[in-house]
Amino acid sequence: MAKILAVDDSASMRGMVAYTLRGAGHEVTEAENGQLALDAANGAAFDLVLADVNMPVMDGISMVRELRTRPSYKGVPILMLTTESHTDKKMEGKAAGATGWLVKPFDPEQLLATVKRVLG
Amino acid sequence: MSSTGGLAQFQQVFIEESLEGLDTMESSLLALDDGGDGELVHTIFRAAHSIKGGAATFGFPEMASFTHEAESLLDEVRGGKRAIDKPIVELLLRSVDCLRGMFDRARAGQPLNDATSDDVRGELAAMMGRAAPAAAVQGRRAGDQAEAWIIRFHPHAGMLAGGNDPLRLIRELAGLGELAVEADLSRLPALAKLDPSECHMGWSIELKAPVRREDIKAVFDWVEDECDLAIEPKPSAVVTPAAPPAPANIAEAAARGTREANADSGSVRVSIDKIDGMINLVGELVITQAMLDTFREEFDPSRLALLQHGLTQLARHARELQESVMGIRMLPIASVFNRFPRLVRDLSQKLGKQVKLELHGEQTELDKTVLEKIGDPMVHLVRNAIDHGLETPQKRRAAGKSDMGTLKLDAYHRGGNIVVEVSDDGAGLNRGAIVGKAIERGLIRSGEGLSDEAVGELIFQPGFSTAEVTTDLSGRGVGMDVVRRNVSDLGGTVTIRSKPGQGSVFTITLPLTLAIIDGLTAAVGQERYIVPLVSIVESVQLKPEALKTVVGGGELFRFRGEYLPVLRLHELFGCDGAKRAIEDGLVIVVEGDGSRVGLFVDGLVGQQQAVVKSLETNYRRVQGVSGATILADGSVALITDIAGLVRLHGRRKAA
Repeated sequence: MAKILAVDDSASMRGMVAYTLRGAGHEVTEAENGQLALDAANGAAFDLVLADVNMPVMDGISMVRELRTRPSYKGVPILMLTTESHTDKKMEGKAAGATGWLVKPFDPEQLLATVKRVLG
Repeated sequence: MSSTGGLAQFQQVFIEESLEGLDTMESSLLALDDGGDGELVHTIFRAAHSIKGGAATFGFPEMASFTHEAESLLDEVRGGKRAIDKPIVELLLRSVDCLRGMFDRARAGQPLNDATSDDVRGELAAMMGRAAPAAAVQGRRAGDQAEAWIIRFHPHAGMLAGGNDPLRLIRELAGLGELAVEADLSRLPALAKLDPSECHMGWSIELKAPVRREDIKAVFDWVEDECDLAIEPKPSAVVTPAAPPAPANIAEAAARGTREANADSGSVRVSIDKIDGMINLVGELVITQAMLDTFREEFDPSRLALLQHGLTQLARHARELQESVMGIRMLPIASVFNRFPRLVRDLSQKLGKQVKLELHGEQTELDKTVLEKIGDPMVHLVRNAIDHGLETPQKRRAAGKSDMGTLKLDAYHRGGNIVVEVSDDGAGLNRGAIVGKAIERGLIRSGEGLSDEAVGELIFQPGFSTAEVTTDLSGRGVGMDVVRRNVSDLGGTVTIRSKPGQGSVFTITLPLTLAIIDGLTAAVGQERYIVPLVSIVESVQLKPEALKTVVGGGELFRFRGEYLPVLRLHELFGCDGAKRAIEDGLVIVVEGDGSRVGLFVDGLVGQQQAVVKSLETNYRRVQGVSGATILADGSVALITDIAGLVRLHGRRKAA
């Protein structure tokens, strides 16, 4: 199963994502913001990164931009968790190097389907 | 939605963090109103955004759509399209209130929207210059449909770097139906120029499945901008579109079902530091226990010093562990204090007064139960201070004070207690008005010889109100007597100090925890009673001539210029073998509910911490007793309820 980094400042959202993915057998590391996610990504190889856009300290888009400068994270799928109303955020995320997005609200089935879609 | 069951815990977490987010929104809005900087707008926006995202995910679509309106408004402010002004702050503050109400109803499993939330939502929409949208029902527009499709897909060179693998997309297409894939290598560069991290290939794909164009586009939605894509129906394979699927309301109904099962279970969020500290202590306890365990095998008198050392350590660890376990229930008083900026702002505006609120000691920690119950009495004291204590700017100017009055909330530790103070620099108590009212109410005969302290006490008497005109603020039928009752239910006391023209200070003294009390153990015959330390004023030994007997059988003695009744515990609780002569025993002067009485006991045994066991759950409620505890020798001692004893005495006197 995959090693997944889940980044969200909201404990409920992060908890829900991690719980669902762990339930599907994945190994999940949680991070509260972009900066902590970058720290977690140091020396660890994740197969997939799921990140919220709006976060304090470092937002998801800056995090993606930074992550993509690291050679080991060049082709690693990174999905932004965004809300419907922010089409521009999807594009901004893409421009920063995100693979795709998962639109909130999503339920556990949608999350798992999307993860499966990325990981193949 | 079978997996929702395990997810219910996160719904609870979501509600808690959203309520915190709302607190942040409120305090930031208030700061913004005071001329705070633009960073606050981002903070407010972020909080609203998180609530919106989570609300929809955790099955609260009404909240999501409400927050969406507020967020849109904030977005315009954030983007500089709209300047923040008073009406916007006002409306957003009311939105915060609405959301709080919605969360409360969510916890209670009630419908989330009510008339107020509909109104505020309408106002938000109106401010944005449009009508409130009806509940969003999204019917997906049916795409055109065909029996088979030709898809030409040519990724841009950089697509791989973004983590999108063309093979994954093709595999995903294969999930829709049978594929015939042809690679297009026309753009492949010469080997020397080939960068393996870039994508140079393209594909022409025939999909033999009667799917909609939308379904195919969905596969490519992340890479729309990163590839050349053409999706065309295979000629002679066009069919008429099918009806769009009906939106399912089942998910929503299911979410509502779990919501009802999710009543507030009264959880506490504990910082990792506290838990780590406790684990550390338990570790030390285990080590000490292992060390002491060696004495079980063989005890040699030469190792006595070691045994003593071990026992000392055990005692220390037990005490520290007790403190840190108690600490779990301790939360900073900030959560209560944070209500007040809003209250003070609204109230002072309404009354045309200028009030500056100062908060001190917000990090002082209180027992969670105390914290939950101290809010109401404090609200009353604060209302009172603004309504009655602080003067209008005109009156203040006339008195040579600045226009702006100061209201101060302070919390700090004193001894084993927490002290919470509400002070103002207003006019102070109006002695004349209070005495006059007390005479009118029949509480006293005349104000002569009454100390300021005694006058201050009068306002805590039931049914007392000095307001010349009852305003709709303080005059809600709740008097200071209820404040005192609430505080005393928490094992605390409330007193007032006041100086004419300089202001008043209300001091609430609370125990650190409700589970353990510090008390003096008093002997009465064979029985032992615990008297809470917080209510003890002094202990005195009386000579028989100091005791005055009054008509009706009551006994009085003079204490600091005041006659206090003597309550003989052996009579009250029917103890055998107790001392009867006043000079043989001891009188403990205690204070409860604002009155002092002397408790006559045989003598004091010592001071100790008592773990409170409920008498009510194990036996039944007993007047004058707040609980029981187990003494070091294993016997049971009753804990006296001073306020209850004072009331008991009052009733006896009246009878």
